[in-house]
Amino acid sequence: MKNDELLKVINLCKWFEIRRGFLRRTAYVKAVDNVSFVLKKGEAISLVGESGCGKTTLGKTVLRLYEPTSGRIIFDGKDITHIKHGDLKFYRRETGLVQQDPYGALPPFMSVKSILEEPLKIHGISKDDREKMIYNALKEVKLTPVEDFLGKFPHMLSGGQQQRLVIARAIILRPKLIVADEPVSMLDASVRVEILTLLREIQARHNLSVIYITHDLSTTRYFSERIFIMYAGKIVEKAYTKDLLKEPLHPYTQVLLNAIPDPDPKNRFIIREIPPGEPPNLVNPPPGCRFHPRCKHRIKGLCDVEEPPEVEVEKEHYVKCWLYAQKVKGGL
Amino acid sequence: MDDVILDVRNLYLYFNTRKGVLRAVDGVSFSINRGETLALIGESGCGKSSLAKALLRLLPRNVNTFKGEVFLDGENIMTYDEQRFRDEVRWLRISMVMQAALNALNPVIKVGDQVAEPLIVKKGMNKKEALEEAKKALSLVGIPEDFVYRYPFELSGGMRQRAVIAMALITRPQVVILDEPTSALDVLTQASIMNMLKEIKNSMGLTYIFITHDVATSSEIADKVAVMYAGQIVEVSPAEKFYQEPLHPYSIKLMATVPTLRVDKKLEFIPGAPPSLIDLPQGCRFANRCPDKCPNCTKDPPLIEVEKGRFVKCWAYGGQ
Repeated sequence: MKNDELLKVINLCKWFEIRRGFLRRTAYVKAVDNVSFVLKKGEAISLVGESGCGKTTLGKTVLRLYEPTSGRIIFDGKDITHIKHGDLKFYRRETGLVQQDPYGALPPFMSVKSILEEPLKIHGISKDDREKMIYNALKEVKLTPVEDFLGKFPHMLSGGQQQRLVIARAIILRPKLIVADEPVSMLDASVRVEILTLLREIQARHNLSVIYITHDLSTTRYFSERIFIMYAGKIVEKAYTKDLLKEPLHPYTQVLLNAIPDPDPKNRFIIREIPPGEPPNLVNPPPGCRFHPRCKHRIKGLCDVEEPPEVEVEKEHYVKCWLYAQKVKGGL
Repeated sequence: MDDVILDVRNLYLYFNTRKGVLRAVDGVSFSINRGETLALIGESGCGKSSLAKALLRLLPRNVNTFKGEVFLDGENIMTYDEQRFRDEVRWLRISMVMQAALNALNPVIKVGDQVAEPLIVKKGMNKKEALEEAKKALSLVGIPEDFVYRYPFELSGGMRQRAVIAMALITRPQVVILDEPTSALDVLTQASIMNMLKEIKNSMGLTYIFITHDVATSSEIADKVAVMYAGQIVEVSPAEKFYQEPLHPYSIKLMATVPTLRVDKKLEFIPGAPPSLIDLPQGCRFANRCPDKCPNCTKDPPLIEVEKGRFVKCWAYGGQ
């Protein structure tokens, strides 16, 4: 493992079992299917996809909130794929989660102070240190003057303040990795930028690695170094943010980018090109490339039969599509 | 001469709450031409949904004040009594697509019956005819006709949203109020629903009031933009002007918070929070967050017509 790598995910799968019928036939929801990537220290990546594509499951599996079905997760040189008990508790300390709905993520009957104190107690930090750490965490997320907030309850805070509290809780143990699962989708437009800017500042200050899960491509250009596009349980394209936005390669990425408006009065005269249909059911995904039923570039007899391999089309720009893989295949 | 279909003048809607009077809609005026779309933009809690409900008179019990004038096709519908409003206006001439429409369908009633219901209730149509109409309405919004026999849980999120839109269109109203119709949907679904709304608008000559907090999405459909802040409209501009050069300091700031995909720009945010609608400040309500505030701002600014069709409620553009 190279020195600047924090997280390495190799062929990770998370399948959820469902049983149905009186014969108890088992089926699997293949929420994350054979996903591999590397996250560097201090790097923020955006994991972009539509709801139900498995992005949240991937985030939670990386945090080991779910046990992986197969594949490996290497964190800071250690294999954490199936660790248990004490080791897992140690891993929890190294990672943090920022949830989507701040109000739902905060216990309504606990004060700000006790919410932040909980993880510190669990990890056996002394009382004096606890006070100091709570103070610093609140200052870091700009809930100041700190004294005013300590005794408050979640319902007394605005949406933006609640989300800052969730961030404070995620960073209070100085983790190395944060998974932020749609951290701003429940907030107002004017507050979104504020929260994302704050996350970005904290990331830079502590050399944190961040996995920013979102369906909103337009914010990714400001808040992440690389973008991974996910579709139906697979990562279909990985690239540096500016390469991906300038030259999207995968047909799915292209339609996704095309669907997002910038504020422009001319938009109202345009009918956008949208692929027909909806994302597939993850219990019975289509064979071959999972996007092929909706793809206008599909190659009959190839895309609908064989799964495309991941190819590096340009430096650090990976795409999982036969349009780019054919040459590679022909050359073999 | 402009062909004005809806003209709202000094509309007020106050609620009684335990903490005091909540001024949700506070002296709002605007007008819309036939076949035009007005996008009403504002943050949550600024009163935009209350304004929509006031237009349809869907009011809760704790109303404190409800007054003003609303001219629909030249006639003041505020003078109608409840019975007449129900028989002649609500859902027949003005209809609405509710926010969180994904939960707006009754889970135990078939989609077709729900879409057909306005016809049965409002127009006294028999069920068979109404179902035929429901089929037409569903295919208009891009749902196969035989879906009338399905239950809501058998439809995806995007389809349910379309069904709710069909329900609002089935009576062929003149004005349709769309309250955040796409905010809970995925990017591609959102784009295809916007496509559908544009097509229907052009083919049926509908007038929309499109309520949203998403500036980028509003540009997909707006001919005219109204910006709402703390219960008041602070700017009304034609779309061509607004997205290029907003006037009110709040509109300018709001535009600076919008991330863009294709153009590089520096993102900003608006420090502070909007005032509580129960305890509103004197004068301009944006003043304490405004970068260009002046001594005049302690007085309430008038809505000034800067040029034809462009109104802004700010002292920086004149006024005494």
